[in-house]
Amino acid sequence: MTYEKILFFIFAMSACGGALGVVLAQRVARMAFWLIISLGSVAGLYFMLHADFVAATQIIIYVGGTLVLLIFGIMLTATGPHVKIQTSPGELVMGAAVGLTLLFLIQGTVRSVDWNKAAMVTSGGEFQPGEGKGYNPTGQGNTIRPLGMALLGLRPDKDLGAPEEAGLSSGYLFPFEIVSIHLLVVLVGASYLARAKQRTRPTV
Amino acid sequence: MGLESYLLVGAVLFVSGVVCMATKRNGIGLLMGVELVLNGANVNFVAFSRFTTLGLDGQIVSLFVIVLAAAEAAVALSIALNFYNNHLTIDVDRGDELKG
Repeated sequence: MTYEKILFFIFAMSACGGALGVVLAQRVARMAFWLIISLGSVAGLYFMLHADFVAATQIIIYVGGTLVLLIFGIMLTATGPHVKIQTSPGELVMGAAVGLTLLFLIQGTVRSVDWNKAAMVTSGGEFQPGEGKGYNPTGQGNTIRPLGMALLGLRPDKDLGAPEEAGLSSGYLFPFEIVSIHLLVVLVGASYLARAKQRTRPTV
Repeated sequence: MGLESYLLVGAVLFVSGVVCMATKRNGIGLLMGVELVLNGANVNFVAFSRFTTLGLDGQIVSLFVIVLAAAEAAVALSIALNFYNNHLTIDVDRGDELKG
């Protein structure tokens, strides 16, 4: 057992256990706690995949932003100290059956595909199976600068050293702008929807 | 650890999210299910970016997914607050006025 395997098992077990905790918990505040565990260990998995910026974003935006938003939602919609809206046992059994079937289907699919061969076919034969494939920067923990340049429309991670006639790879400047406008519109719309309305009292 | 183990973790997250969305009656609980589903997809994106020639594109797509999930959570939360103001509960089974 190498350290990598031990770390992977720790993070994978707590990610899956947290997800199961979200499903099985009855009180919504405890669901939020299990969701924090699950999302935090998914960030650990990102670190193990050498995606350091994505992992930091996961912690900052998901665990620090979205979950705080959800917890505020729980507080604002709580009718008592522990909100408990029971699911009927029949629905639970149905959900477990459907979930187990879906999980069985997906894991069968994952195991039956030869992923090395699939990567070779989709990359037009340039993919070589073995360690160090994919994006694997030599100085690890080094994805921030290529990510930022890709969001500005430049792809030095693909274009440097590529043959001249291949042309330039596509960047992500336009999706980046669309997402920024989208965020602005969403924030304005959300604050419009959630504002305190003046109740018009019916005249007696 | 290879690609398959990460894909299996993503599958468990995805299925948990789907079951959560199907069985919970609390509106905030449904939102948590959606977050789990998006995280399962994100794990797959980052794993493919590490183990195949997808390269940095997978990480960029996962960043977009994270940002859009935050936006979705904000809108859905304001809708849940409106629902609570109108129905005085967050139980989504009570919102059945729109029967077709």
